[in-house]
Amino acid sequence: MASQKWFMLTLVGKDRPGIVAHITTALFDGGANLGEASMMRLGGNFTIMMMVQFDGTHHALEQIVEGVAESLDLHLHIDAIEGHLHQHLVPDVRITVYGADRAGIVAKVTGTLAETGLHILDLESDVGGSEDQPIYIMQIEGHASEGVEALESALEIVRKEGIEAHMETIDTMIG
Amino acid sequence: MSVLEILHYPDPRLKEISKNVEEFDSELHQFIADLEETMRAGPGGVGIAAPQVGRLQRIAIVDVSGKPKTQNHGKLILINPEITEWHGMKKGREGCMSVPDFTGNVIRAEKIKLKTQDQDGAWHEYELEGFEARAVQHELDHLDGLLFLDRLVSRRSDLFERKVYK
Repeated sequence: MASQKWFMLTLVGKDRPGIVAHITTALFDGGANLGEASMMRLGGNFTIMMMVQFDGTHHALEQIVEGVAESLDLHLHIDAIEGHLHQHLVPDVRITVYGADRAGIVAKVTGTLAETGLHILDLESDVGGSEDQPIYIMQIEGHASEGVEALESALEIVRKEGIEAHMETIDTMIG
Repeated sequence: MSVLEILHYPDPRLKEISKNVEEFDSELHQFIADLEETMRAGPGGVGIAAPQVGRLQRIAIVDVSGKPKTQNHGKLILINPEITEWHGMKKGREGCMSVPDFTGNVIRAEKIKLKTQDQDGAWHEYELEGFEARAVQHELDHLDGLLFLDRLVSRRSDLFERKVYK
């Protein structure tokens, strides 16, 4: 298993039903295996970031996917990666941020949190509300490398700017 | 005492429904001692259920007393346990000795009332909350062939939790 070759496949294009089925079928038929993946509809597009284990070359993998990607009008990008399964980091904090949408929220919040030791493992954000009054919502799971208190002080700074932010610790129960 | 082998999913025994304990004898006591040792041998393990070591009987142990700032009742030996009341719900992260290298979010009741026998067959009632209540619900699921994988919820449900608990 040590010599497995991994690639990161990125596929982006206009959303429509059946994308995942078509892509993964082509990969399966071509002899590739899937690892961890994130697939999501973003603003009417469908996005796939997927670890793929494949014994052949970069070019051979491209040939397996490019036909189906083209037929679905998806942009395809492949990188050979230094990747492994079973490398999960367990998050210890969850932070939720929301507020009236305005330029710079993410930069402000993540910049402040990064200075106080937050390692982001997972971030999802969305814009809700209405077109004339959009609200920005962000959920982060991460590791507090300098402790939770440091992050709490960072969130204080963020709140002073009128952004709602709350944090809870994640205490993973192993049973 | 000895450390027992932990079954890993997809071992089909983890999906079986366990049977009630009828005999409260020395063999049961010996098994409980082994089960406890197995729980303590696992990294960070605060609970264990008999099906996790392949014994399909309604036996579990929970002990969260080693966690700082966590309300607890010490070591709970649960034989034929039953939850009689559920209150509130909260999302929390769980992992399982039978499902290595994966943790995920699960919604559990925040407070529960529990009716259970001990290793000698005497009945007890407990009111549990928070982390301890979560651990008990996780272990009792094992007795019904359920893993936390059966109850995963998405991160997106955090802000707008639907009232579903089963």
